[in-house]
This record gives sequence, structure tokens and C-alpha cells, in this order.
Amino acid sequence: MIQEIRDLVSEKLKKLDGVVALRKTDQGTAPTLFQEGDDVSQLVLEPRYPVAKTVSKLQKRFKDAKFGVVARGCDTRALVEMVKRHQIDPDRLYIVGMACSEEQAETCYCAEPAPDLDPWPEADLVGDPVPGAPPNPMVAEYENLSREERWDFWNQQFTKCIKCYGCRDICPVCFCDACSLEDPLWVEPGLLVPDFPMYHLIKAMHMTTRCVACRQCETACPAGIPLTVLYDLIRKDVGNLIGYIPGADADSGPPLSLTLADAPIDSELAK
Amino acid sequence: MDYSNTQTICPFCGCGCALNLEVVDGEIVGVLPANDHPVGRGSLCIKGWNAHSFVQHEDRLKTPLIREDGDLREASWEEALELVADKLGSIKSEHGPDAVGVLASAKCTNEENYLLQKFSRAVIGTNNVDHCARL
Repeated sequence: MIQEIRDLVSEKLKKLDGVVALRKTDQGTAPTLFQEGDDVSQLVLEPRYPVAKTVSKLQKRFKDAKFGVVARGCDTRALVEMVKRHQIDPDRLYIVGMACSEEQAETCYCAEPAPDLDPWPEADLVGDPVPGAPPNPMVAEYENLSREERWDFWNQQFTKCIKCYGCRDICPVCFCDACSLEDPLWVEPGLLVPDFPMYHLIKAMHMTTRCVACRQCETACPAGIPLTVLYDLIRKDVGNLIGYIPGADADSGPPLSLTLADAPIDSELAK
Repeated sequence: MDYSNTQTICPFCGCGCALNLEVVDGEIVGVLPANDHPVGRGSLCIKGWNAHSFVQHEDRLKTPLIREDGDLREASWEEALELVADKLGSIKSEHGPDAVGVLASAKCTNEENYLLQKFSRAVIGTNNVDHCARL
């Protein structure tokens, strides 16, 4: 698969201003902007990085440029959410969709390991899509807990937080210049451990209708807090209440930025 | 038009987490963790995540400054180091070597810290050596 992607990128670079993908050198692996003439044999597919954020950054800086990006399923979902929030221009983006392997899907507990390329004006899929992997077993275990046990669970987990803001910084759909988590009105500066549950619930609240289940926050967390157990349940609730799945559908706007006139809450579930 | 990441070691504490400096057209614009590095394994603390912010900051000192009559003026490294050596020498002769303390860094190499304690003990003559992890 990797050779196919490298060949495709080489071909597309003749017309594009650059392609965002991972480059491996003796320094390590990180996102880079490949341009025509660059050594595409350095292009690799692991480990994961929030490339949607990189694309947004580059599109804002180079306003006439047209870029490509090598994207997994989670990356394309993040790209969709960023388009909806006007952080990415889909007409200036070409996507090489990479279908993750079964093993990769299992590592991420990924329900949608293949990128959905239908929403994109220009995209190609490389690799054979595999079915979704089973969800994180911690979610089901958590759902069996009582309300008090849940409170204790999160209190214990969030006590480990070192307030590095890594979960926000790595998040491919976090982009605001002014962040509530840095606003003294909501989060007391200099306080460590940050206030429970305020600090973490602000983040969780802002992930509502936005989290694309890429799990990069969890892998970036130095304290090993299982953030996606919380975000998975929020995704589930949002799906049940208003039928919105972040990243799945390019046509429906972000619900919290719209009126709910056309998306009535299921009154039974909302109780 | 250029975007790349340069992997380096976090300049702050002694852990030595690797991080990637995001560079657009020669300007450092952000940090990404080094997901394939054995030390941080894709995690950073708040200092690492912000390690880019001072590098090209306009307030950053680019030359040594010497305070004269209450005001700081720019000086060459040679002049600054000579002044420091003179002052250390005069403090030592006036008040004794234990009037001097030396603060090493958890971020230096073993060899640099070895040299610093050697300098303290053998040149200045004091055992007053400590390091930034206790500051």
C-alpha cells in the first residue's frame, strides 16, 4: 500500500502545491509538506499525527495554494468537521484516503477505519477497507457503574491531570485562538490539579458534536487519562438525541452552531 | 512555501523528551510531540508544548547586557565574561570562596555538569554546588 501512496503522491505533486504527509528521516517521523522533486521514499504512514490541523494552518497561510493530504478515516472525519467550521476550504484540498488495516483499527478501537471520500471534490482511496473494530471495553465497564461510582472514577482519573493542555493541542478539531481553558473566568490560573470537574467538562462540552474519535488526545496524555471513554459516551448521546455523528456527514451543519428547529430532541431520551 | 518539522530535545527539564518544531517558511509556529521517540512516547508537558514560543521572541536577549549606573547596555561576550571573572575573583579574595555558589542545570550534559562542579571546587574553591531541579 505504501508504494501505491508514494506513487500517487508523486503523480499529484506535478499539479498540487504540496502534499501533507508523514516524513521519516533519521531525526524521527513528523508531518511535512512534500513538494515536487522531494524524496517521496521518505513518506510513511505511521505514527499518527493531527494532519487536519496542519492542513488548516497551511491553507490559512497560503491562501491561493492547493494542497493534498494523506489521510486516514479519522483524519477525513476531522477534515469534514473543520470544513463545517470554515477552517478548511474543501475546494483547495485533494485527499489520498488510506484504508487502515484491521490491526490499526483494533489499536484505535476504530469503528470507521476507512476514510469516507464521498464528500470530497477530489480524492482517491488506497488500500482495502476493513470493518470497524470492537469498541474500547472500558466504555461498557463504565456504563455499568452507578452515578456515584462514575463520579469517583472521573475524580480519580482527573486528579492525575498535569494541565499540559496536550489533549487540546493535539486535537485535530480544536482551533480557537481564544480558549476557555485559558480564561481565568473559568479556569483558575496556576492551580494544579485543575478544578474537578470544571476544567475537564469544559473540554468535554466543547468536544460535543465535534469529537471524531481519533483518540489522539488519549495517546498524547502524559497522565494516561482515558478521555475517550467520556467522549465516546458523549458521541453516543449526541447520536441518540439529535442523530448527529461528527465527521460522518458533510451536509449537516454543526448542531451547536445552528438552531434545533429541524433536529428536534428525542423527548424520551432527553429525560 | 515550506512546512516541515524539526525534531529536537525539549530545552527545559532533564527528562529529555523529544519534540517537533513546526516550521513554516523559516518561522517556528508550533510544537508537535515526537510520537515515535522512546522518552516522551508522544506526550509532552505544558513546557514542551510551548517550547517554541521563546525561540524567535522579540524580547529574547541576543547579546550579553552589562548594568552600568542602573542601565543595561549591550556588551560583547569577551567583555561580559571578563567582568564576571573579575567579580568572582574579587568576591573570593574579599569574602572567601564560600561566598560564591554555583547553580548547575538538569538540562546540561553529565560532562558539562562535571566541568561546572570541577570549576566550583578546583577554581573557586567552594562546595556550594546545586542544581535547578531544587530551585
